[in-house]
Amino acid sequence: MSDPRVAGAGVTDFGEHPERTGRDLFAEAGLAALDDAGVPADDVDALYFGNFMGELAEHQGHQGPLMAEAVGVEAPATRFEAACASAGAGVRQAVKNLRSGEDDVILVGGAERMTNIGTAAATDALAIAADDLYEVRAGMTFPGAYGLMARSYFAEYGGDREDLAHVAVKNHEHALVNEHAQLRKEITVEDALEAPMVAEPLGLYDACPITDGAAAAVLVSEEYAEVHGLDARVSITGTGQGGDNLALQDRPHFDQTPAADAATEEAYADAGVGPDDVDVAEVHDCFTIAEVLAVESLGLFERGEGIAAARDGVTTRHGEMPVNLSGGLKAKGHPVGATGVAQIATLTWLLDGSHPRADDVPDADVAVAHNAGGTAASATVHVLEVVS
Amino acid sequence: MSARDGGYDDWLDAVAEGEGYYLECANGHGWLPPRRVCPDCGSRDLDEEPLPDAGEIATHTTVYVATPAFEEDAPYVTAVAHFGPVSITGMVRDVDPAAVEMGDVVGIDVGERETTGDRAVVFRPR
Repeated sequence: MSDPRVAGAGVTDFGEHPERTGRDLFAEAGLAALDDAGVPADDVDALYFGNFMGELAEHQGHQGPLMAEAVGVEAPATRFEAACASAGAGVRQAVKNLRSGEDDVILVGGAERMTNIGTAAATDALAIAADDLYEVRAGMTFPGAYGLMARSYFAEYGGDREDLAHVAVKNHEHALVNEHAQLRKEITVEDALEAPMVAEPLGLYDACPITDGAAAAVLVSEEYAEVHGLDARVSITGTGQGGDNLALQDRPHFDQTPAADAATEEAYADAGVGPDDVDVAEVHDCFTIAEVLAVESLGLFERGEGIAAARDGVTTRHGEMPVNLSGGLKAKGHPVGATGVAQIATLTWLLDGSHPRADDVPDADVAVAHNAGGTAASATVHVLEVVS
Repeated sequence: MSARDGGYDDWLDAVAEGEGYYLECANGHGWLPPRRVCPDCGSRDLDEEPLPDAGEIATHTTVYVATPAFEEDAPYVTAVAHFGPVSITGMVRDVDPAAVEMGDVVGIDVGERETTGDRAVVFRPR
């Protein structure tokens, strides 16, 4: 069994583009990915497209064929929906299909248009990732859910809002050189602590922004890459996905993400690596506390120790275990259905040396992507490695 | 008028009448309806058991940025409380949000959302 290569990737600028349609966003990212790969659209065997809230934001279902058309691809196209892990789920399916030999070229990506409906309606749309009957109707919002998790974490393991502020400060600093990032602005711990509350104990700077954007990657079989002489030096060597009860209330712990634990275990075993082998990670920091939970699930830090990682400088770009060199969801932005593939794009560019933060990890050859849906009732983990 | 949500609205009716219940499997796992199988152990033998009179707040948040359906309720406290083997999410009422603490003992009732008048699970100190 050979591992698929990342032949090319593309992203739009992430930010507030309320007038841009989902199809236009994805067309830009998809065409950029095909151009980067040097793969003709006619060779694409399938499109896997991630999107979460298209029905609510654009009154648009059935987005697979719409997006294939937008990038000039005549191939079966299917939308993947796993809340914020939609694109990660698409990547996983692409990896499986390429490994099986069924397909040779899969365009995988995602897009989300969010700011056109305004903050209140976007907050409403994001909340449907939770259990409508038993959570949303009791006032649960997306930040509210992570507020519940943060308070539980503080009580179980210690830590406070200042520790979380360091995660935001770090990710904002990382995004400064990322031309596609939504928030290229340095912030201080004081800025974060003094910002208005969103869902106590989480404030405005603990939360990722609402983002329009798209991402795409061309994944090809090893054989296709060799036959066509592609410059594709990064493989996806491990894939994992985990699930959990949808409602937070139905889980034994509110301060852990077992779906991500399971995805990690599967992906590491698949790739034949362990946490000690990981050189760089992009994780799903929809909220600062989510980065803490993610680095613990990935085994990069012991349970209860992830909270200090940013404060102690370990996960900064100068630290031993850089996390979210793109700026993460926090500063790069979080166009929900695109995020999982944007992470793959970032890591590919970090590993092949073309990312503006690649100089911070010059010897990196193993990277990991962690993409989580809702309160991590869905989670995918992918391992990327430089082809030796 | 929209259709009732079978199982859920029946359960709310029962809670409002002070006769709340939960579903318990043979292995003691507790859930809220509708359920046909225990997600933990796969048991399909689920019985209605009376909801304990009081619950304990396990975690809570004060929501300042609300969805449009809760706009006039904000800021409000949403909490998860353990009622024996089942855990329930509700809005904490009749207490200053800043005074809510983990471990607080609460009763369960059905109240109205200020914004829409829709029913919601509410917790009150007891």
